Amino acid sequence: MSLRLEGVGVVHANGRRALDGVSLRVAAGERVALIGPSGAGKTTLLRVAAAGLRPTTGAVSLLEADPWALRPAALKSLRARIGFVHQAPPIPPRLRVVTAVLAGRLGQWGVGKALRSWLVPGDVAGARDALARMGLAERLFDRCDQLSGGQLQRVAVARTLYQAPGLVLADEPVSALDATTADTVLRKLVDYSSGAGATFVASLHAVDLALRWFPRIVGVREGVVLFDLPAAQVTPERLAALYAAGEGGDDREPAAVAPHRATLPLASA
Amino acid sequence: MSATALSPALRDPLAQRRLGWGIAALVVLWPLLGLAEFHPATLFDPANLNVMRTFIAGFLPPSTDRDFLGFLLTATLQTLAMATAGMALAFLIAVPLAFCATRSLSISAIGPANGRWRGRVVRQAVRSLMVLLRAVPEVVWALMFVRALGLGPAAGVLALAITYGGMLAKVYSEILEATDARPARALLQAGTGRIATLCFGLLPLAAQELVSYTVYRWECAVRAAVVMGFVGAGGLGQLMDQSLKMLSGGEVSSIALVFLALVVLADAISMALRKVLA
Repeated sequence: MSLRLEGVGVVHANGRRALDGVSLRVAAGERVALIGPSGAGKTTLLRVAAAGLRPTTGAVSLLEADPWALRPAALKSLRARIGFVHQAPPIPPRLRVVTAVLAGRLGQWGVGKALRSWLVPGDVAGARDALARMGLAERLFDRCDQLSGGQLQRVAVARTLYQAPGLVLADEPVSALDATTADTVLRKLVDYSSGAGATFVASLHAVDLALRWFPRIVGVREGVVLFDLPAAQVTPERLAALYAAGEGGDDREPAAVAPHRATLPLASA
Repeated sequence: MSATALSPALRDPLAQRRLGWGIAALVVLWPLLGLAEFHPATLFDPANLNVMRTFIAGFLPPSTDRDFLGFLLTATLQTLAMATAGMALAFLIAVPLAFCATRSLSISAIGPANGRWRGRVVRQAVRSLMVLLRAVPEVVWALMFVRALGLGPAAGVLALAITYGGMLAKVYSEILEATDARPARALLQAGTGRIATLCFGLLPLAAQELVSYTVYRWECAVRAAVVMGFVGAGGLGQLMDQSLKMLSGGEVSSIALVFLALVVLADAISMALRKVLA
């Protein structure tokens, strides 16, 4: 079991309840998409799954370990085995592409190797290989601020591929990308996951992409799991219920007001 | 349109507060000017103007005496060496302190994980140490070290190292905390150690500002080294002290020209380094 949440509840410091009794088991190598309206708790759930947020209640097990019972060094090496693709690539613009990719393995390297690689990039071949998989091999020695937003996100994915994690988490990884790039990025992550036998959990804005790339869909709404089904069983009615405007709902998806559409909301819409 | 004509919904809720703070600042600052005996009018009093005119006239022309220029060169090099050595030591003190004090490099804050209170205690202790280091002005340290180590630049170097160590540490950690913490946080989140996170996540964003602040501090250290010369720490300050006591204005103005040249030099270095790091 790659990821196991049992009755996880999260109350943020400001008193807002983000997750409420969420239980989720994801087997090694499985691919799961989290969908749901914004503010549903998808990001919080992914942070819990990345050992980045300690739940207020409930138990977490990641790659067969309870992160919050580990000693600091063990927690560090657990985190080094978890890859995270952010919605906005967290890469300093003045870093060179090669350095940005090599940063993926900093959790696995000692401080000496990290510092050497900071001054003179060490494993250039490895970085180039990861970039080539994202179609960016020729940008190896460019600076990140010379890339477009979509290219920078592909560099961030190359960093995760170079990290070679056993559990890949992605928080809205393609919501800032055009439809073609979004599809490419998801395909690369899915290829990596099936090639390396790595578990892949992503939150997605676009339901059609979720249904296309993920065999299992988890619908999250207001901090609880509304449904957890194979993609084939996710019907328009379930989606309509998931995205339906609630009482006083102010930040629901705009497409939720049109529940008659077959798949909503579309990535290309 | 007058403010009273605005409907309550359109009125900026902050405007009143800002006006209030502005008035409060004036009320506090005005008596302080009085306390500082700041009376600009006395500057233009004819009698005082006359005194200043003769004082300044004594400075011209700048001295170009061969022997004196030799002393001036030695003293300049001594001051530069004092400032640079002091800054180097201060840097060695400041880097580990700033590294410990920077909140955005805290691993235990993520989660938060076990051992978070220990991190807080260390950070607080380091911050107090930084305050202690810079609380006493470098001239006072210099006076003390001149008594301990005897006359000469060594006392100035130590004095600079202590105060500037505290100052650099404080501002370094503040610059690091003011830079976008998301890249650093993402790295820590992926199991990266603190030193590697500093290099790959924070420094690429903050390098330019850190360097320009460091060069500016070096410039301040040169000035401070001059002042410390007056209390016996050697260099340009000591030379100027002697020239002033011997009432040789020409030498004083030559020394002042060297100050000007040093500041111009610091500025050029700063510009060049910023260009390299841009």
